[in-house]
Amino acid sequence: MSSRRKRPSRNGGIAASFAACRKQRRSAFIPFLVAGDPSLEATPDLLRALVAGGADVIELGVAFSDPIADGPTIQRGSHRALAAGSSLSAVLGIVERHREELGVPIVLFTYYNPVHARGVGTFAAQAADSGVDGVLCVDLPPDEGLRELQPALEERGVDSIYLIAATSTRERIDRAAAASNGFVYYTARSDVTGEREDLIPTLAQEVKRVRRRVRLPVAVGFGISTPRQVEEVAKVAHGVVVGSALVRLVEENAVEPDLAARLERRVGELTAPLRG
Amino acid sequence: MKVRTPLSATAMEPDEGGRYGVYGGRYAPETLMAPLEELSRSYDRLRRKRTFQRRLNHLLEHYVGRPTPLYFAERLTEHLGGARVYLKREDLLHTGAHKINNALGQVLLAKEMGKTRIIAETGAGQHGVATATAAALLGLDCVVYMGEEDMRRQRLNVYRMQLLGAEVAPVDAGSQTLKDAINEAFRDWVASFADTHYVLGTVTGPEPYPRMVRQFHSVIGAEARRQLRRLAGTPDPDVAVACVGGGSNAMGLFSAFLDRPDVLLVGVEAGGRGPALGDHAARFSGGTLGVLHGARTLVLQDEEGQVVGTHSVSAGLDYPAVGPEHVFLHGEGQIEFTSATDQEAIEGFHLLSATEGILPALESAHAIAEVTRRAPEMEPDRVILVNLSGRGDKDVESVLEYDAASGGRVSVRRPSGRHSGSASGDGDAE
Repeated sequence: MSSRRKRPSRNGGIAASFAACRKQRRSAFIPFLVAGDPSLEATPDLLRALVAGGADVIELGVAFSDPIADGPTIQRGSHRALAAGSSLSAVLGIVERHREELGVPIVLFTYYNPVHARGVGTFAAQAADSGVDGVLCVDLPPDEGLRELQPALEERGVDSIYLIAATSTRERIDRAAAASNGFVYYTARSDVTGEREDLIPTLAQEVKRVRRRVRLPVAVGFGISTPRQVEEVAKVAHGVVVGSALVRLVEENAVEPDLAARLERRVGELTAPLRG
Repeated sequence: MKVRTPLSATAMEPDEGGRYGVYGGRYAPETLMAPLEELSRSYDRLRRKRTFQRRLNHLLEHYVGRPTPLYFAERLTEHLGGARVYLKREDLLHTGAHKINNALGQVLLAKEMGKTRIIAETGAGQHGVATATAAALLGLDCVVYMGEEDMRRQRLNVYRMQLLGAEVAPVDAGSQTLKDAINEAFRDWVASFADTHYVLGTVTGPEPYPRMVRQFHSVIGAEARRQLRRLAGTPDPDVAVACVGGGSNAMGLFSAFLDRPDVLLVGVEAGGRGPALGDHAARFSGGTLGVLHGARTLVLQDEEGQVVGTHSVSAGLDYPAVGPEHVFLHGEGQIEFTSATDQEAIEGFHLLSATEGILPALESAHAIAEVTRRAPEMEPDRVILVNLSGRGDKDVESVLEYDAASGGRVSVRRPSGRHSGSASGDGDAE
């Protein structure tokens, strides 16, 4: 990749959110939930809880029948969401109804097939109209994404976010960095998603390796589940992503009437170290 | 006949990104991109190396049992009363199916790459058994992912893998069949690629799998051509038939005839219980373009892009996507696709058993079913070449169950001559 095709995120979008965090000298907190888990009706309340707890950007997962990059927790979350009738259409509907009210950028975290099935042009238009700020397709590396999806998203002013992995070569890091808008997502572990007791010991070094080559904010995820881990990661990353730990909370409290309140409390605990 | 796997042939290769036209590609999580690039490089280096070719061909000849015979099925031909039917006997290979060609090739490659652990998915169990066998032979650890539904259908193969020293890891997600086993194998590989090679068992997946798996199986078609020349007086059949799940045995056979426009290539998919979505695995009639397991290809899915369940009496064909090169070649008019229902496949199973004393795998029985439709319509001087991709011992229990459920054995009277007997499922008691 030689040309840098940067478009600024739209007003109030992802770039603005990271800029605001930088002004406050802190990292952004980026929680993940599967839309429609445990039900489509519950999702808006859970998203509000994320914001109330201190989310700066929300990663909203689109459930897929074959989530090859996800561990058991998010697999079960996807399964529950699909059983509850979730779909890309339903997710776009939720964003359309609640994006403005929520007031934080939303990144759709999806596998490529649902997007592909809709047609990338149609998807990009609907995503933009619904207020989606960015799209991350787990199984669409820049090699394919730059050609297939990104032109349509750019045309509609929706950010493309790509993953960088511990295995990514320098060339691949550069490619993902040049292709991404908003931020890049560094997966801290070569593994499927899921909570882990310990962060990998070389994490700080590896994030620095990526940061040296990337001008955009670097968010780090995969395996982060405790306030202590959030604090550790925040020392080296512009953004901290927590997924499985929250999906597990939803799973364990799905039938509790105060599910949203419990989620807000947990997110509050996780963001406490960032507020200093 | 010497065993020569045409590994260094470069005809009909995909582009650098693994694309056949708009199909194929490398749609994988970023973590796997560098390992996949390394795999492509290692494969391209080794397949051209004489020592690697010699080692593989030596094992194929002395361990696996290549070349496999090409057999003129005289009584089946008589029974059908039309074209001459030749069977490529991949069922006679060590472990009982064509799968060993690819499994051995990849495990040998993995060993050269310095990997110490092998993982694989399996549906019918044939690819799992083949991979476990190759891993045992070459002294590597082996884990085979298998859907729980398939473990039930193929419990003998489960025990075979365990006897071979492999761990069979049950997959209880989703439909508990082949696609879920592939999902689980990918999840393992995302975390284990440093010391582990994933032996994908068919011509799909991200680049380089479709071309690599095809190449390891291309020995099937190359042999068949040489054998046909001797036996039938022509290297080119009028029709070549193979069943298509992912499509590896078909690609192996068809690869020898892609530059022969006079050969009609026919792939047979699983028609299952009928044409409703979820009741079959016929991607060419019910599938739409999608991206699954690393490749853009035809996928059985709903309008929201969720992959739907499939059904086939044969576990090896029970898969919602198909190898991308098949889709490309179909678009180019090079391969025709059709399907056979569960019932037709069971009838084919009985027919070949009764007329030739050969129990075909239920997968291969789909190809036999197509032959029973096609041969009678053709002149007796015409030639049909069928890939008998596996043997049916593993399926005896499934056939027994099927026959019991349909109210009695699907009957095929032993033919006494031309035009005698019937292949109908009339429930005739013994």
